[in-house]
Amino acid sequence: MILGSVLTTNLAILVLAGFIGFVVISKVPNTLHTPLMSGTNAIHGIVLLGGLLIVGLSGNSAFNKVILVIAIAFGTINVVGGFLVTDRMLEMFKSKPDRRREPEEPGGGDHKQ
Amino acid sequence: MTPVPLASTFLQSASFLDVLYIIAFALFIQGLRGLSGPTTAVRGNRIAAVGMAIAVTATLLNRNEGNWGLIVLGIALGAAVGVPAARRVKMTAMPQMVALFNGVGGGAVFLISWSEFRLTAGYDGTATYVTIFSLFAAIVGSVSFWGSNIAFGKLQEIIPGRPISLGSAQQVVNLALALAAVAAGVDIAAGSHSELVFIGMLICAALLGNAVVLPIGGADMPVVISLLNAFTGLSAAATGIALDNPALIVAGMIVGASGSILTNLMAVAMNRSIPAIIAGGFGGGGAVEGASGAGEHAGTVRSTSAADAAIQLAYANRVVIVPGYGMAVAQAQHAVRELTKELEKRQVEVSYAIHPVAGRMPGHMNVLLAEADVPYDQLKEMDDANPEFQRTDVSLVIGANDVTNPAAKNTPSSPIYGMPILEVSDSHSVIVIKRSMNPGFAGIENELYYDPKTAMLFGDAKSAVSEITAELAQI
Repeated sequence: MILGSVLTTNLAILVLAGFIGFVVISKVPNTLHTPLMSGTNAIHGIVLLGGLLIVGLSGNSAFNKVILVIAIAFGTINVVGGFLVTDRMLEMFKSKPDRRREPEEPGGGDHKQ
Repeated sequence: MTPVPLASTFLQSASFLDVLYIIAFALFIQGLRGLSGPTTAVRGNRIAAVGMAIAVTATLLNRNEGNWGLIVLGIALGAAVGVPAARRVKMTAMPQMVALFNGVGGGAVFLISWSEFRLTAGYDGTATYVTIFSLFAAIVGSVSFWGSNIAFGKLQEIIPGRPISLGSAQQVVNLALALAAVAAGVDIAAGSHSELVFIGMLICAALLGNAVVLPIGGADMPVVISLLNAFTGLSAAATGIALDNPALIVAGMIVGASGSILTNLMAVAMNRSIPAIIAGGFGGGGAVEGASGAGEHAGTVRSTSAADAAIQLAYANRVVIVPGYGMAVAQAQHAVRELTKELEKRQVEVSYAIHPVAGRMPGHMNVLLAEADVPYDQLKEMDDANPEFQRTDVSLVIGANDVTNPAAKNTPSSPIYGMPILEVSDSHSVIVIKRSMNPGFAGIENELYYDPKTAMLFGDAKSAVSEITAELAQI
């Protein structure tokens, strides 16, 4: 970075990312709204990184450490839970048109009769 | 052990780690592209998950010495809660689960801002913009956390789904809370260093999150969750700017932007406007409306038995099943599938009419029926299903309510007026399986039940459907 502050660079990234976000989700079928919401939900769990960064800095008081552990736990729930739940949902869409479910797991895991 | 040089008090990334971050957010974008199409969605989600793994790895490589124990503890706690929750949650409870996951994301955001505040002794010596973005993240994260929790509570029926509001004072209160939170933020940005003010700001934002979501009726909740999802994304992006972390900025902002679009698409599918939803009270007017409406139709409901319903279905040429949330709650998908098979044996043509917001979220019903192995080509979207009701002998409505209410077409004063519905009342006859005459999620009476063509079969969806199937077998 030769010219321009960290702030302006980051603002540029922010604006461009915003446009990409708009473009990527221009038209989605209704049926995918729930999984898409759930998937984007998992992605913002990236805020977990913030907790990981700050907990590494020196000078955190005991209370701060508690806050940060909770923040990291929350972020992890958001990321892991979000991706897993989205995957489960989308797996069900997969057994779609006349294609049959791939017999990966005989008996089909969480499949009730 | 020499610490990495710091930009103000925050970690500065080395180029290598920045490259990892760039790979990570490229994968997010690619994953999200996949998620917006039905055939690529599974892979899209996994690509995004790989991106996340890379971003987390880069961050762990990047950090200073110390506190590994805390990191492991936090991640272990999160995984211990998140993994079983995600694996065990019933498909019917998906909307609540998404709300909850969104809420904890927002919670992480405001906690991180709080810890930044404390670590820097009230943003002492940090650049003004860092302070502002961190404060923004704290406010929005707190709103999102509390708002999502209320949404969860409503969908889980811990809190009544009906709007709870202060009436006309609501808007004033919301505005006052928002202004108070912002004022506290300005005070801190101006250099007050007061943690009391910071906590006051968090509390105002928390109250605001409650005050905004409580008055919103259950039927609008999916749109609210999507909106809060976008909010959490934006607050994560703000955290990214405060921490100078490109992966956070890009991922947060993409979610903020795509979440806004998705919210809008969802609102359009439900024929609601976002400002109208946020203004709240949906269904509040409905209670009044429903009360007067009930008077008009008093006592003309016709009830039927499983045996009669079976006969009616057996001699039909064409049956359309209209599944709703009630079917899902009763876990009747599989029983319905059995009924369909029995009818098909008798050469009855069966299809399912799926309202875009059947279930509690757009696309929710498709997931539930896919789970019961209903063939995909029997599922008809609303626009394809509606013209066909006129040549349908029997519409079997199972636990669906508001999405079949003709008031949405005929009664301009109804709170759901204008919402696209399945035009069930066009068919020759209608059988409604329902537990009781209680109004649906939106809290509105359904005129369909008073239609002379309609017969009500009261009972639990699963046992009622099984009884019909048993009766059918004997005909």
